[in-house]
Amino acid sequence: MKRAGFTNIWLPVSLLLPQLSIIAIFFYWPAGWAVQSSFYLQDPFGFGSTFVGLDNYTDLGRNSEYMRIAWFTVVYTTLVTLFSLGIALLLAVKADKVIRGARTYRTLLMWVYAVAPPVAGFMGIMFFDQRTGPITDLFGVFGWDYKLGVNYNDTAAAMVIAAVWKQIPVNFIFFLSGLQSIPRSVNEAAMIDNRSATGRFWQVTFPLLAPTTFFLLIINITYALFDTFGIIDTLLKGEPGNNPMTLVYKVYLDGFRGNDLGGSSAQSVILMVLVLMLTVFQFRLIERRIHYT
Amino acid sequence: MKILNFSAAAFAMSMAAQASFAETEITLWHAMGGQLGESVNQIAEDFNASQDDYKITPVFKGSYEETLTAGIAAFRAGEQPNVIQVFDAGAATVIGARGATIPVQDLLADNGVAFDINDYIAGVRYFYADSDGKMIGMPFNSSTPIMYYNIEALEKAGVEPPKTWEEFQTVTAPALKDAGYIPLSQSHLPWIFTENFFSRHNLQFASNNNGYDGSDTQIMINHPAIKAHFTALTDWKENGLFEWYGTGWGDNAKPFEDGDVAMWLGSSGSFGGLLKKDLGFEFSATMLPYWESVTTEPTQTFIGGAALFAMSGKSDEENKATAAFFDFLASADTQYFWHEATGYVPITQAAYELAREKGHYDRFPAAEVGIKQLTLPAGDFTRGYRMGFYVQIRDVMNREYGRILTGETSVDDAFSTIETEANELLARFSKTQG
Repeated sequence: MKRAGFTNIWLPVSLLLPQLSIIAIFFYWPAGWAVQSSFYLQDPFGFGSTFVGLDNYTDLGRNSEYMRIAWFTVVYTTLVTLFSLGIALLLAVKADKVIRGARTYRTLLMWVYAVAPPVAGFMGIMFFDQRTGPITDLFGVFGWDYKLGVNYNDTAAAMVIAAVWKQIPVNFIFFLSGLQSIPRSVNEAAMIDNRSATGRFWQVTFPLLAPTTFFLLIINITYALFDTFGIIDTLLKGEPGNNPMTLVYKVYLDGFRGNDLGGSSAQSVILMVLVLMLTVFQFRLIERRIHYT
Repeated sequence: MKILNFSAAAFAMSMAAQASFAETEITLWHAMGGQLGESVNQIAEDFNASQDDYKITPVFKGSYEETLTAGIAAFRAGEQPNVIQVFDAGAATVIGARGATIPVQDLLADNGVAFDINDYIAGVRYFYADSDGKMIGMPFNSSTPIMYYNIEALEKAGVEPPKTWEEFQTVTAPALKDAGYIPLSQSHLPWIFTENFFSRHNLQFASNNNGYDGSDTQIMINHPAIKAHFTALTDWKENGLFEWYGTGWGDNAKPFEDGDVAMWLGSSGSFGGLLKKDLGFEFSATMLPYWESVTTEPTQTFIGGAALFAMSGKSDEENKATAAFFDFLASADTQYFWHEATGYVPITQAAYELAREKGHYDRFPAAEVGIKQLTLPAGDFTRGYRMGFYVQIRDVMNREYGRILTGETSVDDAFSTIETEANELLARFSKTQG
């Protein structure tokens, strides 16, 4: 086999340079700063600072509220991921079978994708409003005295519902194209062997969808962890009070609202490590078990 | 002819360009959105029109927190504005960073503007001052919590606005409830029911003279009087005498505006907005009630809202322009315009008198309540507070108060949590000053 190569080292370096410098300037440099300032407590204006070693981290570990937020983030991420994947898969399987008006039907399911997260949050506020929200009225019919912004669990429910609603279309698009790429012959062969549609789905279709599902799993976890920020911010109206929030929102609150640069940096370093672990998990553990055809 | 016209226009333009070149331009970053922002723009336009040497450009930067954060980022990059509006809870941050701002008192003195702190209304004077009483920030939109009430509702229930919480509890609230109203809501638990609760009853809020005299401050929030107040609140809520609609300001104001809630604790600065909303009922206001069991001599409250700070690192020319703007801002006419348009209190005695002369309070008695409350007798602990990371401390209060009112925690547990977490934050802040 012929091995293509560069004769001069400078050509490949200069071709890579733009990409590398963007990564360095926008990722490594700020990340380095975050790590450094997580060891200090500094005056926001930059006049004074004290080296405090790992205090910013140990303070977080001792803070029961931070632990509560971390736990909420885990529950929230799990719920958002499960529901948005589950509902999208169901819709995709059903949409795959629609023959007449398929295009319109699919487009209607996808358009929510274009809604920006803060807009999704704002729609959440309108639908779940304590006094005028139609969903609040609906819950009232079932005897649930729903109070957005007052009750911890009620606000959490609104956050999960808004985030799931916003993410379903993305998952739907991927699942649908995944389903459509399964060869017809495979389905026909399966139909001879197994007359149960549910059985065929779990034994043939679902395993063939595994690469898509896995990809979406990672996308959805990062979505729930980070991209739901806009939804959470609008639903909390900038005043968290006794309502739940995620770790990313806490970083923002402490850093940008409270000007606690050290504490906020320590929190973002923790999140960086979390993402790093997720990436390692993705490539090392699961990627090897899934076969992309 | 055409050519002549053209050259005349060009000449005029070059003159105009020269004129604007000679003007010293300064910028003001503020957090006044909507109607309030229009009023700020009006003040800036009036200032620019009042003289030819200086030109100020106001820039809206979002919420109070966003404005402060933007100012800090700009300062670190050497791109700070000349003037920045900083709110009460951010005062410790901006005043703690000595060198970030020029004390307004020094700025005025250096530029030959007469200044006497006694010209300012008592409750306004010292909140944004240092421990020696030197004014650091120029009070701008000054407000204080007062109690608004629906006149029709009170008439229907046959009661007067309450002076004390005892009266509210035994007379006013039960009558309002019987008349079909939710008697009370409030919009800011840390500000109204904590900071100003301590001031109204002249109780010490924090060590080091409420934090003004040092940075190793400890909060003294775990006090029996405020715990009794929150215990009463939970009882009232259970018995339908008080309702809490969450931490948001507007969520608690809305039911009052809709006529469901009879009395609402808000800001004296809410007056202008309420007036413009055309509520469909007559409203007025009265002072923040107090507990007779805690004190029989209630004291003044202090100002909330925000102040303007002159940022350092600017040329003498620009600082001179800033001083001129502050001078213009503190003038009786400007203050009266601002007071009338927004409902924020006038900051000087002269402006207060002007408003009285013009009959503003005959037309709107409610507009005077805030100033009256700010000029009540002072006490040892009524000038305000100075605590670092106070935005987070307020967040902790809001969180724990919310848990008390939703039954997630007890009053005792909540206050000891607030005390512990606030003191940890204060200790962290004092290290940032090292």
